[in-house]
Amino acid sequence: MDYFQLFGLERRLSIDASQLQKTFYELSREHHPDRFSLKPPQEQARAQQTSAFLNDAYRVLRDPIARAEFVLKQEGFDIGEQRTKDVPPELLEEVFELNMALEELRHGEENVRRQLEEALGKFLAMNRQIDAEIESLFPRWDDSRDRDVLLRIRGVLNRRRYVQNLIGEVEKELARAGQAAI
Amino acid sequence: MSQAFDIDFGSHRQSKIVGIDLGTTNSLVAFMDLTGPRIIPGADGENLVPSVVSCLENGDFAVGHPALRLLIDRPERTVYSVKRLLGKGLEDVSQELKFFPFRIAPESDHIIRLDLGARRMTPPEISAQVLAELKRNAEAFLGQSVTQAVITVPAYFNDAQRQATKDAGRLAGLEVLRLVNEPTAASLAYGLDKRTNGVIAVYDFGGGTFDISILRLHDGIFEVLATNGDTHLGGDDIDNRLMAIALEDIAAEWGEDISRNGEAVQLLRRAVIAAKEHLSFVPAATIDLDYRGRKYQREITRALFERLIQDIVERTLGPCRQAIADSRIPVEEIDEVVMVGGSTRIPAIRSAVQTLFRAQPHTGINPDEVVALGAAVQAGILSGDVAGKLLLDVTPLSLGIETMGGVVSRLIHRNSTIPASATETFTTAVDGQRNVLIHVLQGERELVKDCRSLARFDLTGIDPLPAGAARIEVRFLIDANGILSVSATDVRTGKEQTVEVKPSYGLTEEQVEAMIRESFEKAEEDFRERQLREARLEADAILAATEKARAHDAWLDLSGEERAAVQDAVNHLLLSYHGDDYLLIRAKLDNLNQATMKLAETMMNTAFRSALRGTKI
Repeated sequence: MDYFQLFGLERRLSIDASQLQKTFYELSREHHPDRFSLKPPQEQARAQQTSAFLNDAYRVLRDPIARAEFVLKQEGFDIGEQRTKDVPPELLEEVFELNMALEELRHGEENVRRQLEEALGKFLAMNRQIDAEIESLFPRWDDSRDRDVLLRIRGVLNRRRYVQNLIGEVEKELARAGQAAI
Repeated sequence: MSQAFDIDFGSHRQSKIVGIDLGTTNSLVAFMDLTGPRIIPGADGENLVPSVVSCLENGDFAVGHPALRLLIDRPERTVYSVKRLLGKGLEDVSQELKFFPFRIAPESDHIIRLDLGARRMTPPEISAQVLAELKRNAEAFLGQSVTQAVITVPAYFNDAQRQATKDAGRLAGLEVLRLVNEPTAASLAYGLDKRTNGVIAVYDFGGGTFDISILRLHDGIFEVLATNGDTHLGGDDIDNRLMAIALEDIAAEWGEDISRNGEAVQLLRRAVIAAKEHLSFVPAATIDLDYRGRKYQREITRALFERLIQDIVERTLGPCRQAIADSRIPVEEIDEVVMVGGSTRIPAIRSAVQTLFRAQPHTGINPDEVVALGAAVQAGILSGDVAGKLLLDVTPLSLGIETMGGVVSRLIHRNSTIPASATETFTTAVDGQRNVLIHVLQGERELVKDCRSLARFDLTGIDPLPAGAARIEVRFLIDANGILSVSATDVRTGKEQTVEVKPSYGLTEEQVEAMIRESFEKAEEDFRERQLREARLEADAILAATEKARAHDAWLDLSGEERAAVQDAVNHLLLSYHGDDYLLIRAKLDNLNQATMKLAETMMNTAFRSALRGTKI
């Protein structure tokens, strides 16, 4: 069953978060294993399954990125991670510099810390911008059902994943260097 | 007509589900009264049962306060803080065991075994003794048998620790209907009358574990947004700081290292705890030890104490920050912080929490009792007695499987609402491969070696096919107790696949069952012994009566044959008397009863006649 169907919604990228939460609470009251703890084992097991499915659905639908990925998959798009290794062209120069700085930090060059922290701030800002861009595309697909919009969203999602990896990498190295300094 | 009176009273007398807080230091049991949750006191009138178990010479146990007293006299066979060993392997606790006086038995690889003189016991078996004591207290108080319970666990407990707690419940004869996270249970008790909507944090710093949970309360729904913690951080660690100072002092003053002297260490620990508790209310307190006439005194100021524990307090703040970040709630939107656990009485902890959360900590509830009260509320929810309330809890740790190169591939992320599930398809690597081994881990790190091994699941009986042709869909389900189960189907045939579980730590299902059987056998043995004792007492009575009757006139009224039959029955009873078969003794008792029937009748009649004669005179 489709996550949207479970919540009685049609497949759309934009969602009313407070309505989603309300429905989630209502469905939880009905299906949570607490309601079945004195029932026969088969009914209990079924409640665990139903409830798990409901929770999984809510987790995906309430998060704009996870929701977009889910819709892409449902619409037949391949959203594998095979493209995350390709540097988005507009980031090429920056990533080159970043890798140098990361390498220096690994060799104990503490003075690149400032530079990395700045880069981290920049990537975080970029991430926020990407999130805004994705969400701005939501109503466009909802209204037009134009597959080109989904294609664009997929491109932005890939870029986002790349930026996220960079953020993770920088945070990890900064934390490691911080630990070593102590 | 009779149909109308055909009422099954049994089904209306529903037995109570109790709520149990199985703590590191103290445990409590509570139930849902008509007015709300209530703690059930023990026979001694105390609400708290110290989580201490002592093994006696005859293999029996002392639990709670009596065991606490034995901690001084027989420290090597009296166990405390066993919760810290639940679900652990030996290598996890080697550091910790330095502070414990008990001995580890050999063959403690997958599960620790403690050598307690008359017995060797695993942590779940020891915890089961505490649970059994709480069960007895509840049964005595409620006047009915208690077989079902909700038991609380630290929110940050992993799968093995949860399973160990559940095993302990089963070993104590309790069906564990639900494991509830301690901070969540506290929020239930708190939210029952204090607040129905808003965002709260529960800071739970107990004897051995630390938890932080952030929840959204919404018209009876208690939704946990994030949880974090440290299952190895508690009041015990604070005690150990003070212990270290005192032991060093004593070594210098007395010229003797008492750290290997179980009795002295326990007395000192008691003195240290008293000083620590005092320091929450006064600016200075004294550690006061009197050991066999030798005295040690040391004043500790609050300032010194706060310096000593500063890093421990700091260690609780990291998980708090992480939980706030994971909850995606700005810290200003957290309305209140509820303080739970005895250690939150320490002023330095309160002020650190207040600074971090920018909110006044809520300390109006008894931090020792609120978790048990919440467990009773959850028990009420499960039984249907409490309507309109629902707990939506999360899994504290991410779940993943081992992939190529010792890397963990994450399937279920931490702070996912439970029940939670994930599906993954596996295939074979070589032609004709019949089974696939899946290694499941818990933790937030990338490499297998940095995560906690949870279990290995062996998918067996796969149809032999060319490599990569088999497709096995494996479903991982974390249930509402936070415990993992795994099922698998062959995608090609739709056939359910067999999964063999090899837990990395803890008891296997077979071991738990064997232990339960053993305890039944033990109970049966006890039952037999009691029956035997009672049968012998009855035999004593009838043999004495027969002996007395032989002196009676009525004995002479019996035929020679009848007298021989009585003598024969007496001999048989005497023969069976010293055997251990109570059923045989009972049979021989009946025989003698039969044989002396006539004698008894005659005696009655004689007595009756003489009585009648008496009235005539």
